[in-house]
Amino acid sequence: MLRDITMGQFFPGDTIVHRLDPRVKIITAVYFIVVLFIIKGFWAYALTAAAVMTVVAISGIKIKFIVKGLKPLLIVLIFTAVLNALYTPGEILWQWWILKVTKEGLIVAAYMIVRIMLLIMGTSLLTYTTSPMKLTDAIEKLLSPLDKIHVPVHEFAMMMTIALRFIPTLIEETDKIMNAQKARGADFSSGGIMKRARALVPILIPLFISAFRRADDLATAMECRLYKGGGKRTRLYELSMTKEDYAVAAISVIVLTGILIVGMKVL
Amino acid sequence: MSEILRVENLTHIYGIGTPFEKTAIDDVTISVEKGEFLGIIGHTGSGKSTLIQHLNGLLKPTSGKVFVAGKDIWQDPKEIRNACFKVGLVFQYPEYQLFEETVFKDIAFGPRNMGLSEDETESRVIEAVDFVGLSHDELKKSPFEISGGEKRRVAIAGIIAMRPDVLILDEPTAGLDPYGRDEILSHLIEYHESRGTTVMLVTHNMEDMARTVSRAIVINQAKVMMSGTPEQVFARADELFEVGLTVPQITRVFVELKNKGVDIGRPIYTVESAKEAILQRKGGGMGAS
Repeated sequence: MLRDITMGQFFPGDTIVHRLDPRVKIITAVYFIVVLFIIKGFWAYALTAAAVMTVVAISGIKIKFIVKGLKPLLIVLIFTAVLNALYTPGEILWQWWILKVTKEGLIVAAYMIVRIMLLIMGTSLLTYTTSPMKLTDAIEKLLSPLDKIHVPVHEFAMMMTIALRFIPTLIEETDKIMNAQKARGADFSSGGIMKRARALVPILIPLFISAFRRADDLATAMECRLYKGGGKRTRLYELSMTKEDYAVAAISVIVLTGILIVGMKVL
Repeated sequence: MSEILRVENLTHIYGIGTPFEKTAIDDVTISVEKGEFLGIIGHTGSGKSTLIQHLNGLLKPTSGKVFVAGKDIWQDPKEIRNACFKVGLVFQYPEYQLFEETVFKDIAFGPRNMGLSEDETESRVIEAVDFVGLSHDELKKSPFEISGGEKRRVAIAGIIAMRPDVLILDEPTAGLDPYGRDEILSHLIEYHESRGTTVMLVTHNMEDMARTVSRAIVINQAKVMMSGTPEQVFARADELFEVGLTVPQITRVFVELKNKGVDIGRPIYTVESAKEAILQRKGGGMGAS
């Protein structure tokens, strides 16, 4: 069951989207988010959707997984849509007690849903096609100017790397402990909220103990290799921009700016 | 003897439809007799762990069926928890699943989940503790202040206390010192003999296997590669070596001896039988001279 978590999961591959320098991907993703929140109107959204779909197609990620990533947001989507539909003033289509649905409300709600879906699809493409290690490398590189004002960028990046590195380990561990307790007849899926909360104790205690043990082991191992953060550490794989990266960066900027212009004219 | 456990054409595929799709168990059929001491040998990643998790219903087969005492365990998916009580599964490194305040409470976790009365639970805990050879003083201690070997025995007692028809242990001696290893194995043999429960031992330690089991099944690349008595399995040493497994050290010694011209006349796979064979030969040799 825990294996089914897809959000933030990496799907290895060898497409141009996978190979792209992670810094380009992050900056493009940030620009994409900004554009997405500025634009308005049908055509701008249609163009964005087309752009996102094109990248999905190039990346070779199955639509199934993109849709699966959207599932946990269903409640948020419905909630946003309902609120927007009810609280936007305008031409009233349907009214009952204090609730009224307006034409404008429906339009805003539809746009909101499309916007959030595109947001998730676009950003999940980043994590689907970039390994966590590459992501943290890129974040460290992008934030490295902050080193000048004594922000411990390297340490933060290291912490993030370790945290990301241990997510699958801990999920696996949780799975194992759950199975072991299930083998002793533990029941996690029935009963009221109190019973279910109590059922978590046999999982959480061993999990915490094991997490501390692992942290301790890792710290010792790092110390044995004389790890000492920051400074002039070199890397095995340096990030370097290729012609391909520059080309993709340029195309993304042009496309996103194009969408931005279309989206703002409608204002 | 009657059949207690049956696996029919079992196949399990992980991550269907993802790039990580993997067939862990491929069309496996196994039958286990009541009261048998069965060994399952396999290399890491051969699918043996996946196989045993099907036997108590933790994993649902992609296709195929599992029968416990003649009943398909997935017939009523709501009752799948009962399979855990019939087939007790001790995982690898089971000491990491201890969580209660006292050893007693931890061992009682299983019986309490079965809905047994306090009296019944207590008598089962005492019985289980005796089977694994822990002293009753340990019952009041925290499971976190006892030694590693003792922790493991507490975890095994936690399953034994449920009185399963079949007891499965996944690498119960992994990471223990020779003394702890002997302790656990001899208590297991004792448990098997006195209770007559079916025991399945999963391991890639051939010495453990040779000492305990009456029949061994070798799993390789998601399939059953061979099945038979330890003699029959160890006789096919070349095939075992090929898939990265081995035979007991003492067997290797006698194979080498045979190559050098000292033929003992029968396969040797435990130190005890080696001792006997050597004494016999020595005695026989002296008699002839």
